[in-house]
Amino acid sequence: MSEATASPAIPEDIAKLSFEEALGQLETLVRQLEQGQVGLDDAIASYERGAALKRHCADKLRTAEERIEKITLNADGRPAATPTEIE
Amino acid sequence: MTQDLFDPFAPVPETPAKSGNTPEFSVSDLSNALKNTVEDAFSFVRVRGEISGFKRASSGHMYLALKDDKAVLDGVCWRGQAGKLGLVPEDGMEVIVTGRLTTFPGRSKYQIVIETMEVAGEGALLKLLEERKKKLAGEGLFDADRKKPIPFLPDVIGIVTSPTGAVIRDIMHRLRDRFPRRVLLWPVLVQGNGAAEQVAEAVRGFNDLLPYGHIPRPDVLIVARGGGSLEDLWAFNEEVVARAVAESDIPVISAVGHETDTTLIDFVSDLRAPTPTGAAEKAVPVRGDLIGQIEENGLRLSQAVRRLGVEKKTALESLARGLGDPKRMLEERNQMLDNWADRLPRSAVNVVSQARARLNETSARLVSPREQLSEKRGRLENAAVRLDGAMKSALQMQQARLDRASAGLRPSDAKRDVDRAGKQIMDLGARMGAAVKNTLTREAEGLARYDRLLESYSYRNVLKRGFAVVRDGAGNLVEKSADIVTGQGYDLEMGDGVTRVTAGDATTEPASTPTAPTSGGARDGDDMPVDAVASSKPETVSKPKAVKKKDPQPKDDDRQGSLL
Repeated sequence: MSEATASPAIPEDIAKLSFEEALGQLETLVRQLEQGQVGLDDAIASYERGAALKRHCADKLRTAEERIEKITLNADGRPAATPTEIE
Repeated sequence: MTQDLFDPFAPVPETPAKSGNTPEFSVSDLSNALKNTVEDAFSFVRVRGEISGFKRASSGHMYLALKDDKAVLDGVCWRGQAGKLGLVPEDGMEVIVTGRLTTFPGRSKYQIVIETMEVAGEGALLKLLEERKKKLAGEGLFDADRKKPIPFLPDVIGIVTSPTGAVIRDIMHRLRDRFPRRVLLWPVLVQGNGAAEQVAEAVRGFNDLLPYGHIPRPDVLIVARGGGSLEDLWAFNEEVVARAVAESDIPVISAVGHETDTTLIDFVSDLRAPTPTGAAEKAVPVRGDLIGQIEENGLRLSQAVRRLGVEKKTALESLARGLGDPKRMLEERNQMLDNWADRLPRSAVNVVSQARARLNETSARLVSPREQLSEKRGRLENAAVRLDGAMKSALQMQQARLDRASAGLRPSDAKRDVDRAGKQIMDLGARMGAAVKNTLTREAEGLARYDRLLESYSYRNVLKRGFAVVRDGAGNLVEKSADIVTGQGYDLEMGDGVTRVTAGDATTEPASTPTAPTSGGARDGDDMPVDAVASSKPETVSKPKAVKKKDPQPKDDDRQGSLL
């Protein structure tokens, strides 16, 4: 997972994908490659895209921070969030 | 009551009673005494009854009546209390209310001022719940196509529950185990007065947040509460909660009570979790599993590409083997070249000797000119002989054809042809003569007709009808009587000839007399120029001038035509 720091930027169309979509595309791509449905030239492009998809997914998984905030209403009735602890 | 009337605080009647010793009250005094008594005696009561005539005024106060099978009690719930009731009164609802009695002296009425209200008994609650379910289902709020999908991996989770207690702790623990996320907790009361309103407000409040605002809008909501009695969970059966959840744009997971508890919110939420912990499991996937999956996919990706490379390399090598060794191919070609180069000089010698042999052979076959001449001469002579013979036979052949042709010639045939032609010529001649004659006759007839017509137009015919042409001595035509000069001689051309006359007085000159009969004689022939004749007659008679000249210009055919 640490290799992501040196990796090139994730293409914009992939960055827009949700985790679920990116994972689905990655799996489709791997299956196509494994079944030899892709030509050599396309295979390299596919590999690069697959690597970007994987990086994107990994990024989404890495940001797994736990944070809990409590909503309180201001005097004017607008909500505000304050960090809180549960336990 | 009677006792109250003797209460030391009761107003003392001002005037003594007229009848007996019963004291006399004013209506107000009595009504006030009654009010005090009632409010003291019933300052806190619990009453059970069925709601009827429920009405919420625009002021926010609620009016209703409680009834059972024999009696009715008016009730009011002031606005401040109405908001805290914890349930929405409905007609027909069996409730237990607490409050105090009060009277209304101006109307001679009494009523209960309601402080709290609860649904009477579990059976009544369930019945109410059934009715609400039916109503909301009828509106389509439970329809499957209203359900929104729960996001696979939400960035932010909004939780509506009590900030204290096991529920939020259970959810947070499970989230931490699976996939720690950012959580926004909207703390609410989960039971009792105002709980339903708070839950509804929290759901709406989360929806009002902007997706990437200061407080991010959650991707999924969990509305949760721990287990409890039907009454404990009742806030989640309220219509206001159900409607807020149904209207939420953010997908909602409901987790109220235990697995066996079903509340109204479960029907309108997008997903029902059996417990709060279950809700956390539905909200996020297991991070570790996903990391493993991603890693595995990455590995398979690399392997697939590497294998593809190896396969292609193998294929390339196998094809390259088929191409053969260029060095060896060159050596083979080289050897072949040497071989041919070696044979080249020998073959050149061969070619020369072969050519020489052919030359010798050819020159041996050359014939001398003399021989050739004599041979040609012989052929010429031969041809001459054959020409002579051919000539003769051609002549004979032509002679024979001439003989045959002359034998076929017969003079009689020629004569017959000549006779026939002669007859034809004669016939044509006769037909032509007749045709010409016919034409001539036709033309002559036409000419005669025109001649007659012309003749009929001639002025001489007019003269025949008794008119005369007058000319002076020089032969010029006299056209007007005014031109006649007395004593002057004139030529008078009449139908039968020309007479010389002298102009003079009509009475003295008898010379005019012969003209008059002529005119009269001609009169029997006239038919059309009645006017001309009529006018000419009196002139001839009455005018002193003896001669009446009529036609001025006999040569002019046109004028004569117009005269006629």
